[in-house]
Amino acid sequence: MCATCGCSGKVGPELATLPLDDHEHPHDHHHRHHHPHEHGHSHGDGHDHRHEHSHDVGAMDSTATRTVKLEQEILAKNRLLAERNRGWLEGREVFAVNLMSSPGAGKTALLERTVRELEKDVAVSVIEGDQETRLDADRIRATGARVLQINTGTGCHLDAQMLGVALHQLAPPIGSLLFVENVGNLVCPALFDLGEGARVVIASTTEGEDKPLKYPHMFRAADLIVLNKVDLLAHLEFSVERFTTHVRSVNPSAKVFQVSAIRGDGLPAWYQWLSARDPGRRLTR
Amino acid sequence: MLARSMHPLAGQRMHELSITQGIVESVSEAIPVGKVLAVTVEIGKLSGVVADSVRFCFDLCAQGTPLEGARLEIVDVAGRGRCGCCEHEMEIAELTAPCPCGNPFLEILRGQELRIRSVEVT
Repeated sequence: MCATCGCSGKVGPELATLPLDDHEHPHDHHHRHHHPHEHGHSHGDGHDHRHEHSHDVGAMDSTATRTVKLEQEILAKNRLLAERNRGWLEGREVFAVNLMSSPGAGKTALLERTVRELEKDVAVSVIEGDQETRLDADRIRATGARVLQINTGTGCHLDAQMLGVALHQLAPPIGSLLFVENVGNLVCPALFDLGEGARVVIASTTEGEDKPLKYPHMFRAADLIVLNKVDLLAHLEFSVERFTTHVRSVNPSAKVFQVSAIRGDGLPAWYQWLSARDPGRRLTR
Repeated sequence: MLARSMHPLAGQRMHELSITQGIVESVSEAIPVGKVLAVTVEIGKLSGVVADSVRFCFDLCAQGTPLEGARLEIVDVAGRGRCGCCEHEMEIAELTAPCPCGNPFLEILRGQELRIRSVEVT
């Protein structure tokens, strides 16, 4: 198991798998410093000399314990790598959307339809994150989009390091749209900035309308909430109004779009939202 | 390297494993020589990270590093929010805590910390 992300570290020759145990590990360093200084003295026996020695501050007695202040963010390394990814993407005018949801909310279905309907206007690439299998990548590949699958093994989220490796391998074209389908999980991905341009949470009407209250970290971190499966509303006791109120209570600024990835309801608003954020402005919708 | 199924943390599908790995890696890099006796970290009550889970992962993550056998001290940081409407500041236990004035959304001032404060070394 990869010590960083818990992934299985399987290596495959195909684009759909990633050698995740082969990462670089760039990071912040804190150093202990030696402070060499000079002492001049005279011996009074007709010669002078100077010599140097260094003190290892605080470690004069090797058996003594000492406290070293670090004051370091635990997620500093991920944040740094995320900013690198962000710069990499911006330099190539690639708009990256981090899609997060619980398993079964319809991320892949929404992506399949979105890719099919947008790919005539803009190049679309997809990075799929799942613990196991290439099933989602195969579904996306069938749409004709460039796709790369990251299998995290036991890992429950993508992190900036995994995305960095994936970006270099996938090499999304300049001015393109990139969807990153995170591991289906409403808890862990909320904490890990990937360097994306926008974070989108997909909820569905078959889940409880109280999801925003149960997973406030995830909903709070989102730029947009897409409520999927509205075609099923007639059969469910799901109040869109209550759901929207719950979203507002954790994230007053996030927009909520009601869509059906299967029937097509509400998708023009979703495409328009993507288009407004597309840095290359290649989407004409 | 252990096969995935045999790894003692194989069943831990949680971000606390990554967080704990982050602690161990950062400290190992900061203290390249000597032995680490204790690590003090701040975990905010609103951070989304469960302190007990970090404790659970720590010993195993520390194995084979300068932190092996080290004590993990976790300082809980209470949540604090400020209301944008009435300017009132208050302790809060949850990220979604509303203001008594009715405003459902508070600005979070404290409680989201995930920080390595210090280490005790020989």
